Amino acid sequence: MANALLDIPKSVKAGEVFTVKVVLSHVMETGYRRDISGKAIARNIIKWFSCTYGGEEIFRCDMTQAIAANPYLGFTTIATASGPMVMTWEDDEGTRYREEVQIAVAG
Amino acid sequence: MRLVALIFIAMTAGALADPIPPGQKQSGYEVMSPDSRAMQDNDRTNPAMLWVNEGERLWNLPSGPGMRSCAGCHGDAPKSMAGVAARFPAFDIITGRARDLTGQIQSCRTENQKLPAFQPESRPLLSLLAYVGLQSRGVAIKPPSDLRLDVFMRSGERLFSQRMGQLNLSCKSCHDDNWGKHLGASVIPQAHPTGYPIYRLEWQNLGSLQRRLRNCLTGIRAEPYPYGAQELIDLELYMMERARGMAIETPAVRP
Repeated sequence: MANALLDIPKSVKAGEVFTVKVVLSHVMETGYRRDISGKAIARNIIKWFSCTYGGEEIFRCDMTQAIAANPYLGFTTIATASGPMVMTWEDDEGTRYREEVQIAVAG
Repeated sequence: MRLVALIFIAMTAGALADPIPPGQKQSGYEVMSPDSRAMQDNDRTNPAMLWVNEGERLWNLPSGPGMRSCAGCHGDAPKSMAGVAARFPAFDIITGRARDLTGQIQSCRTENQKLPAFQPESRPLLSLLAYVGLQSRGVAIKPPSDLRLDVFMRSGERLFSQRMGQLNLSCKSCHDDNWGKHLGASVIPQAHPTGYPIYRLEWQNLGSLQRRLRNCLTGIRAEPYPYGAQELIDLELYMMERARGMAIETPAVRP
């Protein structure tokens, strides 16, 4: 299963404010539900999400059980220089996910 | 007597053709909130595309004892699967019954790949369904003109107008007779199967038409037919006829 959907412009103008949109593939199991035999289903949510651009963290958030499955995040940043944008997140099971895209800044 | 029979046939044929006038046919998309529409409109953030991407991977993945992939026989899905979802359910010669797209995928998997069938509503099955369905996006629904399907179509039509459950409602009670009005806070849609499998926000998941139909059956407090039941396939066949000419919008988002 692909980890995420990314909607990020491939090339931006220097100084331009651009929007980063991501949909993370995750069940976001709350830990409040029980299975058909009555056994509690262990909580498994994304605990935190972080995005760096050119090595500098530009966005970070913690998540809770109240966030639906396959969370959508949108945030903005300013195009400074060409470089990698790296997104990392980790869930309760300890799985660490990573997605990387190259941002090309023109002018 | 013969004349009566002919009139009867003419009447039922008429009913089959036009429960909702063609000019008034409307996808559930039309009555969604702008937010939900925006979610469906952008392929780069439509959550259903997570399944589509997975479906593409599975399509090309050789598996089973013969290491055969879907692509091994069918080639490029955008070419070979274009329009396919718009003309299912189709007649299956082996079982002598109508078969939906899910049944076709399962049959390919068990007969050709020699693998156990997917669990109903499982992630890989929905992924393949979504990927194949996407190849028909924009294509007008055109059920096969196959006389052998007629009996199943009639059965589907009968089920659609059959009152059932503790609430004693039929599909028709809401979706033919009262569409556009409200049930609680929700607008009653016309129930056209244009976008399946759909990402339903209530489910927080992708789901098939059969899941949706079972959902409605539970809603009217009737016992839902099991996944893969002939009744559900007959219903789908009739619903596709009812939606004839409408464009496939798979994978859709619905509240």
